[in-house]
Parts: sequence; C-alpha cells; structure tokens
Amino acid sequence: MPLIWLLALLAALSAAGFVMGRRRAVLSSGGDVRRLHSLPNYYGFNVGLAVIVPSLLVLFCWLLVQPLVIEARVAAQLSPEALSQASDPALVMSDVRRLAEGLDVAIAEGAMSGDDMRNLEADGGNIRAALGAVGVALGSEVEPSVLVAAQSYIAQVRTGNMVRNVTVILLALAGFLWAMRLTAPGFRARGAVERAVLALLIAAASIAILTTAGIVLSMLFESINFFRQYPISDFFFGTTWSPNFRGNSDLGILPLLWGTLYISFIALLVAVPVGLFSAIYLSEYAGPKVRGVAKPLIEVLAGIPTIVYGLFALITVGPLLRDHFAQPLGLGESGSSVMTAGLVMGIMLIPFVSSLSDDIINAVPQSMRDGSLGLGATKSETIRQVVVPAALPGIVGAVLLAASRAIGETMIVVLGAGAAAKLDLNPFEAMTTVTVKIVSQLTGDTDFAAPETLVAFALGLTLFVITLGLNVIALVIVRKYREQYE
Amino acid sequence: MSDISAIPAAAPHSSLHRQSARTKKRNAAEKRFQVYGMMAVGFGLLALVVLLASILGNGLSSFRQTHVVLPVELSEARLDKSGERDIEAIKKVSTFGYAPLIKDALARGMEESGIAIEGLDEKDAGEIISKEAPAQIRDFVIANPDLIGTTQEFRLLANGRIDGYFKGRVSMESAALDSNVSPAQLQLAEALKEAGLLTTGFNRDFITAPDASDQRPEAAGLGVAILGSLYMMLVVLVLALPIGVAASIYLEEFAPKNRWTDLIEVNISNLAAVPSIVFGILGLAIFINFAGLPQSAPIVGGLVLTLMTLPTIIIATRASLKSVPPSIRDAALGVGASKMQAVFHHVLPLAAPGILTGTIIGLAQALGETAPLLLIGMVAFVKEFPGAPPEGFFDPASALPVQIYNWTQRADPAFVERASGAIIVLLVFLVVMNTIAVILRRRFERRW
Repeated sequence: MPLIWLLALLAALSAAGFVMGRRRAVLSSGGDVRRLHSLPNYYGFNVGLAVIVPSLLVLFCWLLVQPLVIEARVAAQLSPEALSQASDPALVMSDVRRLAEGLDVAIAEGAMSGDDMRNLEADGGNIRAALGAVGVALGSEVEPSVLVAAQSYIAQVRTGNMVRNVTVILLALAGFLWAMRLTAPGFRARGAVERAVLALLIAAASIAILTTAGIVLSMLFESINFFRQYPISDFFFGTTWSPNFRGNSDLGILPLLWGTLYISFIALLVAVPVGLFSAIYLSEYAGPKVRGVAKPLIEVLAGIPTIVYGLFALITVGPLLRDHFAQPLGLGESGSSVMTAGLVMGIMLIPFVSSLSDDIINAVPQSMRDGSLGLGATKSETIRQVVVPAALPGIVGAVLLAASRAIGETMIVVLGAGAAAKLDLNPFEAMTTVTVKIVSQLTGDTDFAAPETLVAFALGLTLFVITLGLNVIALVIVRKYREQYE
Repeated sequence: MSDISAIPAAAPHSSLHRQSARTKKRNAAEKRFQVYGMMAVGFGLLALVVLLASILGNGLSSFRQTHVVLPVELSEARLDKSGERDIEAIKKVSTFGYAPLIKDALARGMEESGIAIEGLDEKDAGEIISKEAPAQIRDFVIANPDLIGTTQEFRLLANGRIDGYFKGRVSMESAALDSNVSPAQLQLAEALKEAGLLTTGFNRDFITAPDASDQRPEAAGLGVAILGSLYMMLVVLVLALPIGVAASIYLEEFAPKNRWTDLIEVNISNLAAVPSIVFGILGLAIFINFAGLPQSAPIVGGLVLTLMTLPTIIIATRASLKSVPPSIRDAALGVGASKMQAVFHHVLPLAAPGILTGTIIGLAQALGETAPLLLIGMVAFVKEFPGAPPEGFFDPASALPVQIYNWTQRADPAFVERASGAIIVLLVFLVVMNTIAVILRRRFERRW
C-alpha cells in the first residue's frame, strides 16, 4: 500500500473518530448537552487527535529509521570479498540500491512478476537487458552478490512497509478505542484537547531550532570530513584556489574571501552614502507627497529577485563598464568584474540601508532637533551634528546588516563577478567569491567523498559564521540603541 | 550692569537685510546638503528605472515570434509506407523523416510566390526554419494519423537568427560574419514576409512550451518552469503557513519567558538573515543526501523554501497578533472562554488579514529565490512536464528563476532575450502577488 493511501486512510479514520466521538458524547448526555463538561465538538476532537497524532508520529519515525536499519542489515549480509574487491563499500551499496530500484520499476511496469524477481539469477546480460527495456539503465553487468543483496533489500523493504502499515493502523485503532472509552459526560475534553494543541504549537515553534541545528550539524559534519582529507591551515591560509578533480587541488580560501570582501566593500561604498542620504532627505526634508511616492518606489528595489539584478549586471552594467571605463583606461577586457558586481549589489542594498536608517532617524526624539534649531543651527547642521550622531549606533547596525547581505549574496556575483579566483587590486578584473565557489563545487556531477566537493561545506560554514557574527553584532547594537530612547 | 557695556557694539557690517559671509556660507551648505539628499533619492529611482528599462527592452520581444506559414503535404509514401495507419509504425518515423517534407513545402512555397535568391541552395534555404519544426509536424501527425496523405497548413517556427533579424538583433552586416546565418537567408526571409508566408505574432508557446536545447532558442518556453514554481509554492503554502502561524501563536500568546523561548526568538531573527545559499546546502545535505529524496524535485525545493520563508511569516504573524488589542482577549476570557478559545476564536480571525499579507510577501520572496535551488539540482535540463500531484512533486522540474539562470549560461544570444522575457513573467507574478497583499492590507486592516 503506497504511503499516500496510508495517509488518506489515517485522515479518514480521524474524521470518522471525530464524528463518532461527538455522537457518543451527545448520546451519553442523554440528549441534554448541558450535562457534558465540555462542548460536544471537543469530545470529537479528542477522539480525532487520539487517532491521528500518535500514528503519524510513529509513521514519521519509522520512515526515518527503516532505511538505515535495512541498509545496515544488507551491508552486513554482503560477502566481505565483494566489499573488498570494490574500491569503496559505499559504491557497492549504491549499486545494490540502484538495482533494487530498477527491479521495483520493472515489477511496477509489469515486465516482471514478484516471483520472477525472486528467481532471477545473475547469468549473462539478461538482467541488464530486461531493466533496459523498462527504461532503467545500469552502468555495468550485475554481480551475483549484488543481485542477492538487492533481492534481500527488496524483500526487507516489503516486509518493513507491511509491518509499518499494520502497526500504524493498529495504533490508530487503539487510539480510537482509548479515546472513545474516555468519552463520558464527566470527562474534561476541552482540557485534554487544549493540552494536545499546545504541544503541537510548541513543536511548530521548535522547528526554528531544528533548522539551525540542521544547518550547523550538516555543515559541521561534512566540514570535519573535509578537514580529515585537507589540512585546515592550508584551507584558511592558502593563497591559491585551483580545484582539480583528479586530486592534488589547492583549496585556499583567501582569494575567495578577498573577492567577497572587495565586492562587498564596493557595494557598501555605493549603498551607504546613497541609502543614508535618501533616508535623511525623505525623513527630514521631503514633504508627505514626495515621501509617499519615493519611499515605496525605492523599497521596490528590495523586492526584486536577485537573479534579476544578476542578469542586469550581465547584460547591461558589465558591457557598459567594459566599453566605457575598463577598455579606454586599459584596465581590463572582462565584462564581469568586481566593479560590475559591486555596483549592482550596491543598488540592491540601497533600500536595506535607507529603510533601516529611516526608522532609526525617525526614532530620534523631536526635542533634540527642536533644541538644536532653537539655538540657531540650520537644518543640515542639526542633522549632521545632532541627529546623525544620536542615530549613529543604529546606522552602524544597519550598515553591518547590509554587509552581511552583501557577503552572502549569490546570484549577482555568479552572473556578474566571474569565476577566476585571484588576489588583485584592479576593480575591473574578474574575481570570485565564496558563494560562487559553493555553487560551482556543488552543481553538476559531484562526488561526496572528494575534498573538491566537501570544500563547499567548509566554505558554507565559514560564510555562515561570518554572517552570523555580523548579524548578532548588528542586532545587539540596534537593540541597545532602541532602548535608549524608549 | 558693567557686563552689558562690556559687550562690543554690533559689528557695523551686520544687518538683517544683508546676509553676512558666514551666513551665506551656512545657507549654501544647507542647500548643498539638501541637493545631496535629492541626488541620492534620484539615484535610487534612476537605478530602478534603468533596471526595469533594460529588462523590458531586452525581454519584451520574446513575447513575439516569427513563424513560417506553409502548406505541408503529409506524404503517405514517407510517413506510412504500409498504408495501414498503424500508430506504432507511424511513430517509428523519426523527425529526420519529416525534414524532407518541410524542405519540399518551402521549395514549393518559394516557387509559387516567385521567390528566387541568388547563391542560396535548397539546404541553406531550409535552414531558415527551426530544427524544431519536424518535431512540430511529427507530433501533429501522431495525434491525427488520419490526415496522412492530405496537405495541411502549418505555422512552423522560424530559426532563431531569422527571428532575431525581424526583432533587430541580427542585421545583414552581422549575418555576413556569422557562420549560422547568411545574408542570402535573410533576403529569403524578407521575400517570404512580403509574400505573406512569414508572419510575426504573439508567442504563446513561450509561456506554455517546455525548455528546448542549446541549438534551438526559438522553441524554448517556460511551461515546465512555471509549473515547477507553482508546485513549490503549493508546498511552501501548505507547510509554511500552518507551521508559521502555530509557532507565532505559541511565541506570542502562550510562551513563558524562559531560556528555551529566548533561544527560539534569537534563532528566528538569525534565520531571517542567514544567506539563502546556506539553506541550499542544508537541503542538499539533509533532504537529498540523508533523507534520499530525488534531486530536482519540487518537493525538495518546496521544503528548502519553506524553511527560508518561515521566519518572514513568523515575524509578520507575530506583528499582527500583537496589534490585536488585549481588551479582545480579556472580553473572551471574561465570558468563560479558555485561553486557547480566546486565541483561536477571537484573536486569530482578527489577525488573519495581516497574516495573509505576510504569507503572500513571504511566498513572493520564495518565488524569486534562486541560489538554494541551484544546489539541489534544479539546474538540470528538464523537458518533460512533471506529473499531476502528488506524484508530480517528486518528478524532476525546473523553476522560473533557475530557468532564467540556465538560459544566461547558454551561448546563443537569443537566450538573453528569452531570459529577459522570463524575468518579465517572473516580475508580473511578483507584482500580482504584492498587489494582492497591498489590497488585502488596505481592505481589511483595522486600526484599534
């Protein structure tokens, strides 16, 4: 029975539980629902939840654990010589899995019956040909040991699924009976249901923690794998980046970090003055009409997907800079450059800086402005000498947040900055960033045992730590500053 | 008293009617400062205008497509030698078997309208029609085997370069340097246009057709990408909305102030600022390598985007829960509702417009996100439409932003036009979603 049917059955059982629980409560009250402790619906919900929650929980855990257990058992069953012949035991297991999937497809398409499959023997090319006929391509001929393992794999998955379905349905029925027995006029159904709902709410809130844990653990785990194969000091202090898929790569992060920081610096050079001045103008000078039009329009820039900025850099800004600045000045021939990516990223960051600074400038108390103006200062003197210094911590926080965005930005640099990793000062030269290399190392054919692939996780972890640090500092600064005036 | 006399008399040059040099300087500085501000706002607006103009200028032409309209004889001798209309036998004829039909039809069309171009042989003439055209006819014949032997009129795609010529991307001079197209072919196209055999019209296939290979940009469409994006948005909506709302209700209404809830709060604000590509790494490591879900599947993309969108939805939902005044809760509690009833029966409905607005904005963000999808294998070339849900969620598919990225990586300049056109489609979706959000907010938002 496919999973989707099992889920549908559980949903149906739960709905039926609701109806029957409600009816039982109403009947047990002898027709007068005022004799019930809770409203009749709560008795229904109680039964419905008792049916679906434990069974779904068990189903979910089962789905996680079953593949691990079966893989371990099949791997133990494979003969040691089959494993020792192959260069990598993981590859043998993936062969087994692939063959098992292929046989499953063949059975599903009707090219083979279950008995045929069990009686298969690995002689000649018949298995490969039979699977090829249903559209499953195998890389090589099937080894007898692999075939046996695949057959036992399929058998174990079948039994496992059968036991799973029966367990889950029995559990649902047990929940149903238990909750129906509880249903009586004196039963405090509302309290029971609300406790269950509260548990669900807490579980939902904990997903945020799970996500962070997932991010950190997955990257940490693979990074440790990477550092087992590649010395940690060479990674953090190496000055050349030249991955080579035959091995012997130089994977130093410094050229990537340099490109990242250079591009982010140029982006901030554009975004901070423009964003800050527009925030000042819009909050201190502009009338409500201009503000009402210009502020949302500038914020549109924040809603545009980064791929759009990337294409803009690739087809408009890059050629423009190359033809009108880089080539006449003899600085470079490349359309993709630090300047291109930095400029476009700067445009993207304008609304971040401006709307955050806007909030902070507005939070400066009017009395401070009035005091300064009353002493005879002009408006701009007031802004420069009173408002901005008062808002400075918040503005610094906004700039740090923008910097963290710039460092983590991917699509603009993938399309605008180029792929050559080098340490150079010329802003019209193509350079590359940490994010670009994560993308290039993890797309296409990847081998999760090679350091050239695993390095992406170490790069990701570095990126995560840097941006997290910047965010935490920025949030602390902003929060501290807000408390000052409240 | 003596102090007053110690103050020197006002400087003789100072007057209220005439500004002193210092005042002038200060006023000039004031003016300058204001101009800087205006320039900054102007720069921001200018950047927006140039960005949109560049995309529209490059992309609008992808909604128009050049077709060659030709009557093609579906000759029985070539397509169904046995004459039995056996569909399996007809399917055996590959697109190579259909190419001669088009060549003949074009030659006949040229002859009938009296077109003769010097220095253009039949093979070169045939190249002005897309390599996709035989497949177009083959699909038609397989769908209507009864029409074999008759002559049907077809709107065949013109080659990408010919299409580019009528859109101003290719000129006679550039064609002379281009090995893929010759000036003679362009003259032929001009002549065909005058004879009414070549038309340019609205390009519906751009929205509905699947992607096409590197060699035939004229046939590339967004169908699979739009469907893939739609599937992912469904997954995001189904998962992120209930989870986000449940988490916000707990944090805003029930959570006690303790270490655990503090940890959750810090986590959520940090997750909102984690670079999107990190979520891609998470998806690759957890959903694909650990849980064994298929690559390029909308379900994986949807899960990754759900995790990314959750903080946005949670922040928006908490803000709108917070804006419901406490008197509502107190009134409900006062007439005997439990805390849970007060929240679900009274607070949540009042906060619903704000929650929906936040959700739509989160979905719009997710729709435009590219980087994490690159890592979970959505860059693969997918020409087959994914199946109907729920199985379709596990079929390979593309997504709008990834399709755009894909096209920018291809050599033929016609793909730049396609990518810009795809961005227009993406932006239209985003504008529609944001407009709905704004309308919802305007229509239902209550000020207390």
